[in-house]
Amino acid sequence: MSDASDATRGRSDLAAAFDDEPALVSYVAAGDPSPAATERYVEALVEGGTDVVELGLPFSEPVAEGTTIQNAIKRALDAGMTPDVYLDLVDRLDVDVPIVCMTYYNLIYQFGEEPGPEEFVAAAAEAGISGFVVPDLPVDESGPLAEACREHGLDLVFIVAPTTTEERLERMLDRTTGFVYVQGRLGTTGARDEVSDDTPDALARLRDTDAPKAVGFGISSGEQAREVVASGADGVIVGSAYVDIVAEGAEAGDPTSEVADRLRALADELKTGAVAGVPEPEHK
Amino acid sequence: MSTQDEATDGTQRDGTFGDYGGQYVPEVLMPAVEELTDAYERYVLGNEDGFVDDFRARIREFGGRPTPLSHAENLSAQYGTDVYLKREDLLHGGAHKLNNALGQVLLAKYMGKERIVAETGAGQHGTATAMACAYLDMPCEIYMGRTDVNRQRPNVFRMRLHDADVNPVTVGSGTLKEAINETMRDWATNVEDTHYVIGSIVGPHPFPSMVRDFQAIISEELREQARDQIGRLPEAVVACAGGGSNTMGAFGAFVGSASLPGHPEGTHEPAPEVDLLAVEAGGSSLGVDEDEGYAPNSASLSTGTEGVLHGARTKLLQTDDGQIVESHSVSAGLDYAGVGPELAHLVDEGRVQPVNVDDDAALEAFHRLSREEGIIPALETSHAVAYLEHYEGDGPVVVNVSGRGDKDLDTVIEESAAKDIDGAPTMEVFEE
Ligand SMILES: Cc1ncc(COP(=O)(O)O)c(C=O)c1O
Repeated sequence: MSDASDATRGRSDLAAAFDDEPALVSYVAAGDPSPAATERYVEALVEGGTDVVELGLPFSEPVAEGTTIQNAIKRALDAGMTPDVYLDLVDRLDVDVPIVCMTYYNLIYQFGEEPGPEEFVAAAAEAGISGFVVPDLPVDESGPLAEACREHGLDLVFIVAPTTTEERLERMLDRTTGFVYVQGRLGTTGARDEVSDDTPDALARLRDTDAPKAVGFGISSGEQAREVVASGADGVIVGSAYVDIVAEGAEAGDPTSEVADRLRALADELKTGAVAGVPEPEHK
Repeated sequence: MSTQDEATDGTQRDGTFGDYGGQYVPEVLMPAVEELTDAYERYVLGNEDGFVDDFRARIREFGGRPTPLSHAENLSAQYGTDVYLKREDLLHGGAHKLNNALGQVLLAKYMGKERIVAETGAGQHGTATAMACAYLDMPCEIYMGRTDVNRQRPNVFRMRLHDADVNPVTVGSGTLKEAINETMRDWATNVEDTHYVIGSIVGPHPFPSMVRDFQAIISEELREQARDQIGRLPEAVVACAGGGSNTMGAFGAFVGSASLPGHPEGTHEPAPEVDLLAVEAGGSSLGVDEDEGYAPNSASLSTGTEGVLHGARTKLLQTDDGQIVESHSVSAGLDYAGVGPELAHLVDEGRVQPVNVDDDAALEAFHRLSREEGIIPALETSHAVAYLEHYEGDGPVVVNVSGRGDKDLDTVIEESAAKDIDGAPTMEVFEE
């Protein structure tokens, strides 16, 4: 697996996270319900088998998010999460998997002295971020961020939606580095019980794509992870199912270690499911 | 202003206005945004299948256009300047909102869409959309913040009378910003058969240009009425600005950025000699409270900073970090932390002058226009009326009366009593 960008600057740790086995990409909102809790939760997710941490930097207007993550973002913002606190947290995180920053463009754009993405990307690279997912930044507007990412050796992951046209897909794949985020269904994030019928179609469309493909939006169980990998995904992305556990913890006065145990167990279930979905015993 | 020139010739546009505009929406919506851009260029700019002729006929027959330009004799005497009122309050539904809502619902029909969603702040856009949907037989769902549901109750009922589903949005401060977020989420879920009728000149391209073009029928009429009734162009046009749709509607034909095809006199040349004043809600005071994430005003044009919200780069009320703050205005329709990208650009260019008046001044103006001219203005409009107190030009000035104030009576009764507003009628309360 090597595309042009890999060739020019070597394979990224993000792409490499998909090499051996189907990867588990785990999302939580940073600072929900406190930076210290997030540290513990991220460690637990990695212990459970997470290969890539997608750490949300909370923005006040999360238009791509369903209620679960909207509420997480609100808890985090109310507890004082800011881009600076976020970068400190990333800097402190003691895990050896790549961390992707998931946020909205205005926070990236406003950071530092001058408007534009350059300063945040530099600071994120310094803190140990490996790449970005920015749901309100379609490929059409991504020029400045893509350039800053290239300069600092970070990946920029684009979301391929069920509605994405062939022409748009080509443009996105040209710019995608790290992995392709396959949005498994229409709408917003949120845990669902079933894998959407759109998912196998979306993966079939990307069969010839070199970059690893991870499916997100709606996955919440090991069984779903297995099904998605069996349909051809190289990884699964899970967020709301973890955030539901975090939310229950926050409501119960945040018994951090109990929440961490449950997160670890869910990550383990998801990773096991994903691995079980690989068609041959010898994967790849 | 090259963007503006490109805009008038109706050819392909990239959707930016100087540094502002663009298409910052989730990928899932981008194909719909591209499809809409194509439909806008063909049907609206190109009058394909006679779309614009159809729109013009319907906005006359169903909407009651043209709206009059009224000479406000008593205010003119008071201010020593001829004051004219462009009467969008007399458009069907009681506000300028129908120009855009009817245009977009009709366009959705031409595009073969089967369902309409819209956000609303004051409830005027929601009501206009619900009316247009009833008239054109389209299912309609409206999102409205809980604060606005509470303060604009008659409009909630009106929407439901027209058989629209009204969904209260309870997150955040429950105003326009949250309603837009939630409508975008609905659109992302149902994008295949649904059109989102955005209510102002905000959002990703083509919305800011398209909404302006539908609304610019206001200034198209105004230019001719001024010539016929005053014998000259006005010295200044004054309009309130929330997102800025009545504003660009009233300014469009003077800026030269807007025109629908099918107008007998063709496109209007820009008229740089006409002063254009956008009156924002000064709320209770200007500025942003960083710690509280709150602005006690909605003055994004006069005090905001550049950023990205709801699909466009524009001027915003935000913290240094880029979190969007909760705005405030006594008027629900102006209570928004962003503003249309074209207005942001025209302000930077010096073509539009942003000014603001506070809640109390707007309330006083509400009473003044009601008392002096027999016209009850919307609280949004009252901001534009209030600016006359500060207007220093000496030629004829036109105020865009974007809407009527029936929807605001509860708020005005309450606020006028609580704040002891000058000129407010007394309302006695008898114990039973
Ligand atoms: C009567 C009236 N005027 C003005 C506005 C503000 O919107 P805009 O700035 O888009 O004209 C509204 C919005 O609800 C309104 O109802």
